[in-house]
Amino acid sequence: MATSELPATMPTDARTHRTAWQVFTRMARRQPLGVAGGFIVLLMIFMAVFADFIAPHDPTAMNYSAFAVAPGAEYWLGTDPLGRDVFSRIVYGARTALFVGFVSAIIGGGAGLVLGVGSAYFGGMIDLIFQRVMDIFMSFPLIIMALAMVAIFGTGTDKVIVAITIPFVPRCARVVRSSALAVREMPYVDAARSIGYSHSRIILRHMVPNVMAPFLIMITAFVGQAILLEASLSYLGLGVQEPTPAWGLMLQGGAELYAESAPWIAVFPGLAITLAVFGFNLFGDAVRDTLDPRLRSQ
Amino acid sequence: MSSGLKTFAASVAVTAALALGLSGAMAAETPKKGGVLKFVVPDEPPSFDGHRETTFALIHPIAPFYSLLTKVNPENSSDPTDIICDLCTEMPKATDGGKTFTFKLRQGVTFEDGSPLDAKDVKATFHKIIFPGEGVSSARKAYFVMVDSVEAPDASTVVFKLKYPSSAFIPALAMPFNFIYDDAKLAQDMHWYEKNVLGSGPFQKFERQAGAFIKGTANPNYYEKGKPYLDGIEAIFAKKESLRVQAIRGDRAAIEFRGFPPQSRDDLVKALGKDITVQESDWNCVLLITPNHRKKPFDDVRVRRALTLAVDRWGGSEYLSKIAIVKTVGGIAFPKHPLAATKAELEQLAGYWPDLAKSREEAKKLLKEAGIPDGFKFTLNNRAVDQPYKIVGTWLIDQWKQIGLVVDQQVQPTGPFYDTLRKKQDFDVSIDFNCQSIVNPLLDVSKFISADLSDSQYGGYIDRDVDKLFNAMNETDDTAAQRKMMREMEKIILDEKALGFITMWWYRIIPHRSYVKGWNVSPSHYLNQDLANVWLDQ
Amino acid sequence: MHQYIVKRILLMVPTLFGAAVLVFFLMRMIPGDVCELRLAGTGSTFDPASLALCQKELGLDKPMFVQFVSWVGGFFVGDLGTSMWTNQPIVSEIALRFQVSLQIALMATVVSIAISIPMGIISAVKRNTWIDYAVRAFSIAGIAMPSFWLGILIILGLLITSQAWYGVPWMPPITYVPIWEDWQVNLSMLIWPALATGYRYSAVATRMTRSAMLEVLREDYVRTARAKGLIEKVIVNRHALKNALLPVVTVIGIEFAFLMGGLVVTEQVFNLNGLGKLFVESVSNHDYTMTQSLVMLVALIFVVTNFVVDLLYAWLDPRIRYS
Repeated sequence: MATSELPATMPTDARTHRTAWQVFTRMARRQPLGVAGGFIVLLMIFMAVFADFIAPHDPTAMNYSAFAVAPGAEYWLGTDPLGRDVFSRIVYGARTALFVGFVSAIIGGGAGLVLGVGSAYFGGMIDLIFQRVMDIFMSFPLIIMALAMVAIFGTGTDKVIVAITIPFVPRCARVVRSSALAVREMPYVDAARSIGYSHSRIILRHMVPNVMAPFLIMITAFVGQAILLEASLSYLGLGVQEPTPAWGLMLQGGAELYAESAPWIAVFPGLAITLAVFGFNLFGDAVRDTLDPRLRSQ
Repeated sequence: MSSGLKTFAASVAVTAALALGLSGAMAAETPKKGGVLKFVVPDEPPSFDGHRETTFALIHPIAPFYSLLTKVNPENSSDPTDIICDLCTEMPKATDGGKTFTFKLRQGVTFEDGSPLDAKDVKATFHKIIFPGEGVSSARKAYFVMVDSVEAPDASTVVFKLKYPSSAFIPALAMPFNFIYDDAKLAQDMHWYEKNVLGSGPFQKFERQAGAFIKGTANPNYYEKGKPYLDGIEAIFAKKESLRVQAIRGDRAAIEFRGFPPQSRDDLVKALGKDITVQESDWNCVLLITPNHRKKPFDDVRVRRALTLAVDRWGGSEYLSKIAIVKTVGGIAFPKHPLAATKAELEQLAGYWPDLAKSREEAKKLLKEAGIPDGFKFTLNNRAVDQPYKIVGTWLIDQWKQIGLVVDQQVQPTGPFYDTLRKKQDFDVSIDFNCQSIVNPLLDVSKFISADLSDSQYGGYIDRDVDKLFNAMNETDDTAAQRKMMREMEKIILDEKALGFITMWWYRIIPHRSYVKGWNVSPSHYLNQDLANVWLDQ
Repeated sequence: MHQYIVKRILLMVPTLFGAAVLVFFLMRMIPGDVCELRLAGTGSTFDPASLALCQKELGLDKPMFVQFVSWVGGFFVGDLGTSMWTNQPIVSEIALRFQVSLQIALMATVVSIAISIPMGIISAVKRNTWIDYAVRAFSIAGIAMPSFWLGILIILGLLITSQAWYGVPWMPPITYVPIWEDWQVNLSMLIWPALATGYRYSAVATRMTRSAMLEVLREDYVRTARAKGLIEKVIVNRHALKNALLPVVTVIGIEFAFLMGGLVVTEQVFNLNGLGKLFVESVSNHDYTMTQSLVMLVALIFVVTNFVVDLLYAWLDPRIRYS
């Protein structure tokens, strides 16, 4: 679906260099939502990195005398049915979520990047076959693909990452390919080829940098999607497993049954997911708008 | 019925009366006719042939269409030993030294298509179950190992001859899957009942919408005059537990027959007050821990004993019974059965000691002796089902953490889970379960006999002492002797050799709409489901 | 043009064949099979003879290649076979679910359009004002929420509010009735998942509408129109919208294809007997034949939708050349 979210022609003037600070101030001025998203993302990263210092309790420690306790001084966001601190689990859950999100987005996106650019660069029969293969993977609903992968490889954080990564590859490859096709016809690529540079050098040095814009857009979108997908797999009972603290897991099973009598069990992890994905999406939109030349020039 | 069983029955009745203080299903009311009972079922049955399938998802929607030869008493369903006639006229006394049982059948019973049901049909049915023959699959054949022959000397008599006297036979006969089929249909095609439903039960006119529901209407020719009280039944399939709970609350269904977690019971009672009636019972299902004897260090009895010693069953029962469908601490036999261990007997076993600190000290000592370092890691294989598997699994991990073991959980969907247990056999320690319909401890403990004799003992051990006790127990009808052997077997399995462990027995909680009357909870979600006695007070 | 269409249709064949190969082997890579699962019921009394028999009956004992050929062969004679789990003909098993999924997909698409077009336009016209930000935040929040979480909140919300207001808890029906039999029951069941899904999937279409509108608003003829003194409302509606339609149509079309079979989680939450639920169940039951047929169905919907969208694109926008 992602192909259509992008303009048919891709930015070709990405060589303009700006410092990070310039990019930031520009965005802050032009993209207040994006900056808000960026802050949420930073907050999540902060939580994930410093979980050990932030969390007041051991996220897996069960307090048998305090199950489903309402939020209070001891347990800020209450406890779950196994007597574990919801706040600590959310803080540590950020680590799991970002780990799953970033790893699958980067690996899936990276593989898609290589395949997409390669396919566009070589063209012809290779490209045709490659496109068909991508079509085949794309024609599976994403969640079903992930479900089958989990059934094959098993559950657990690392396996869930594999299950989420695989369906990402063709989605990224497609988008990258369509913009790489445009780059391929650029004079400097022709020039590089006529000088006799190797394929890998042309691909890595000349083509890859020029499809970075759509690639980055895809990656930011993937992180959010991966977090949601992990949550959905957990809902179907096949995601990250106990006792690992993970948001999707916290929403599953017990949380549903306690949704009314102990709403904090379901509400806070749900908010954490929503907030994180919201942040990544806002940020991703801002990245898109910033990198999209047609909107930038105003 | 032996005197032991009678005392037991009485004690169960008392406990039940106490436990079911909320229950309004008392016999005094006069049943009303009419109405359709809607109930929710988690899954759809794979086929309609009860002899072949093993899931309660078949029993709940399909059992109302069939009669059985014998069944548990629907008026006294909490007593697992109270077995009465369904199609027979009187429970037979064993003759020939306990080896022959002669059943007389009711006259004038017909199948839905009008053909008469007689001894030939009963014989053909039990032949299909006990001696399925080439190309026919029978899931519970093993429960009838004691049967030598089934004969129908005349149209109203069926005779079962046993190889040896066995107390396990009468319960086995009353298993709710033993639907009586028409011998003419079976003669035509042994697989006919997989795709068709045609019985003599209280309901008929089977109607199915794939993935959505199964419906039936009252059988006007049902042999018990005046029954069924209902006009019809509708089994609605709903996979998610939370949705099934909500369905009761929003009155889209009146009851769910498997069992809800304690929290859902409390929520429903809180939201609906007297519109909800709660029935509870001990459940003939148990969660086991199976260490893999083929794998180091679990081949070491010290390590296995340490694993069981670390588990606080008494404390866990109190705690887990608030959040999961487990409750009763017990040994290898169903806790409320006369063959089960008493509390005093249990407290002698490893992992059941009243002194938890001492137990965990012993566990740590054993681990040390076995050369297991602090922080030793292994994986607990579990099934991707919340209640109670994953909850108990997560709790166990915390229990083992207390003796310095670091355990993580590998949760698999049912298919891959069984593949790991049966084929791959590469797990460290696995959760496993034993969930039986009719309470029949003599055969139910076949789960623990040697791997070369049992196809469902996944630990992979061979122990001839256990096998000997199992056979001896089954080839006698002396209850006292059985009880003694059961204790010996239990001691070997759970303590001395720590072959496999029991976590806790399940606890069945059925909160249903109060207008559902005449249905009584039983120790198994497979039992008492023909719904002939159920009526709606609306 | 004709050549292009023929080429596109021919290219569908390898994609569908590839999907067939992929699902066939993917399913068989999952440990365990439908027979093992069937006999798992009680945890005890496992009978290996029954297992072998079941596998033989379903043809699982045959070499994989033979199984594959007989399955694909069935397609050419229009025989999809029977479900390995229920033993019923696949066509009839799917037909009912298809109906439910189609209705949900249509309703959700309508909701999605009803939300995204006006919101996208408002957002573009009021660009960089707080209205724009609010609209975008609202639409992105939709896609950020886990669908089951939203579903649970909806059902629980209905139960609690109905009990508070009318004293009797109410929830949507849990069994499907076709709309021509009882439209009230039908709609009172399907409206909730349609709203939840439509809202979730309006996010991308809103963004597309917004950016397309922005682009169009800048183009010369709109400037001319503005110069001519037309009020902004008319500009927005007449000229800009027509051109902005194109990418939005694409997105909606592709999402529609996704909704047929991709609503796995939502269908579970609302107990909708649709393709998504059947999909999950058949994967977890190891029902090879059913999963295979479902994948083929969804793949077919996918390639056909892509094809139609591309054609529509080409037809609506003469600047695009068929290459």
